[in-house]
Amino acid sequence: MVTVEFAPALRRHVDCAPQLVASGALREVLEAALCAAPALATYVFDDQRAVRRHVAVFVNRQLVPDRATLSQPVADGDRVFVVQALSGG
Amino acid sequence: MQTLLVATRKGLFVWQDAGTGWAITAHHFPGEPVTAVLADARDGGWTAALRLGHFGVKLHRSTDRGAHWQEIAAPAFPPKPADGPDADDPTPWSVDLVWSLAAGGPDEPGTLWAGCLPAGLFKSGDAGASWSLNTALWNQPGRRAWFGGGYDHAGIHSIVVDPRDARHLTLAVSCGGVWQTHDGGATWTLTADGMTADYLPEGSTDDGNTQDPHALVQCAAHPDVLWVQHHCGIYRSTDGGLRWNAIAAPAPSGFGFAVACDPHDPQRAWFVPAQADVCRIPVDGRLVVNRTDDGGASFRTFSSGLPQTHAYHLVYRHGLVVSGDGRTLAMASTTGGLWLSTDAGEHWQLLSNDLPPVAALRFT
Repeated sequence: MVTVEFAPALRRHVDCAPQLVASGALREVLEAALCAAPALATYVFDDQRAVRRHVAVFVNRQLVPDRATLSQPVADGDRVFVVQALSGG
Repeated sequence: MQTLLVATRKGLFVWQDAGTGWAITAHHFPGEPVTAVLADARDGGWTAALRLGHFGVKLHRSTDRGAHWQEIAAPAFPPKPADGPDADDPTPWSVDLVWSLAAGGPDEPGTLWAGCLPAGLFKSGDAGASWSLNTALWNQPGRRAWFGGGYDHAGIHSIVVDPRDARHLTLAVSCGGVWQTHDGGATWTLTADGMTADYLPEGSTDDGNTQDPHALVQCAAHPDVLWVQHHCGIYRSTDGGLRWNAIAAPAPSGFGFAVACDPHDPQRAWFVPAQADVCRIPVDGRLVVNRTDDGGASFRTFSSGLPQTHAYHLVYRHGLVVSGDGRTLAMASTTGGLWLSTDAGEHWQLLSNDLPPVAALRFT
């Protein structure tokens, strides 16, 4: 199983506890985790279901540069972190 | 009791005057950019559009004047086609900003319109529970020639619903001209004849499809009278926008963003001049309001109560509003000033110098 965790900056808008989901492509993993809080999906993804420009997804400690296809495989035991990038003022 | 909603870079402020003076009575969404707000006269509902820096556009709705808010669906583009004529559309199919919100007609309960940036027009038939893109406007061929003014892409900032017929809408697009539908959005017609854009190449300046109307308003009692503060001056139409008449630039400038018109008197409108498009500050550092009482033939300039030395306020397109009485006006700036007038703009009272940048005002 894969652990998917959303940063407090996201959870203050729509709460979602860490999720345990089946391994697979990163998109499948994220979509499965967001089933627990569907309203959170529009915070993570834009209208085209790409990861928003100011949201960052890490698999373990590696930032995922691909925002659109999210085809990277995620294995059992991996941890996915969805956090906010730093911006604004 | 009068209520003024003030949408700012750092939240939505509610100002009220219960007879003892204007004061802030609530601050909603503290710290969050609020780009548009609607107070729906049909049902009393308030809708606020947020532009979260990281997490996109969100809409919240209150049915009890702000005591409670509920997040509702936000306008969103459909999936962009991977092939066909839209495959190479350079415009992002993702809503960056809700720039305008309008209520449908009294005979259309639950109908809301949202003008966005990029320039999608969205309709909700269920008070914001769901939204759909108006594909007739989005797919009309001229849309690909629209371009951004202050933003990277074109956007829809003005939506007026004809009080005589809610199927008649007039939109203003920066930079995409003025568009009208008479069938609830099934078909659209470009109605920018008479407008001139001096930023376009010689020979193209009268291209209606790339005009930059900064803001468009309609006289409620005489809906065929429309006013536009354009990038290149002021326009008025007396035939529902079929023909736009250029108004000679008043002193101190014909440039600006905001326009408000009297809901009863078709001859009266207010403007907030700025020096020029290349210098968006009050002329000589003096903040003034211009008013015409004769359809634009002449203007009076009012400064009483407004800062007259080293004032660098800019009033955006939704930063000047008039209430239904035609005498109470509010004006707010990108540097956090908020002023109120109770005599049709002749004298102003400072309410605050310390607000965040103000995007939009609404009386309710």
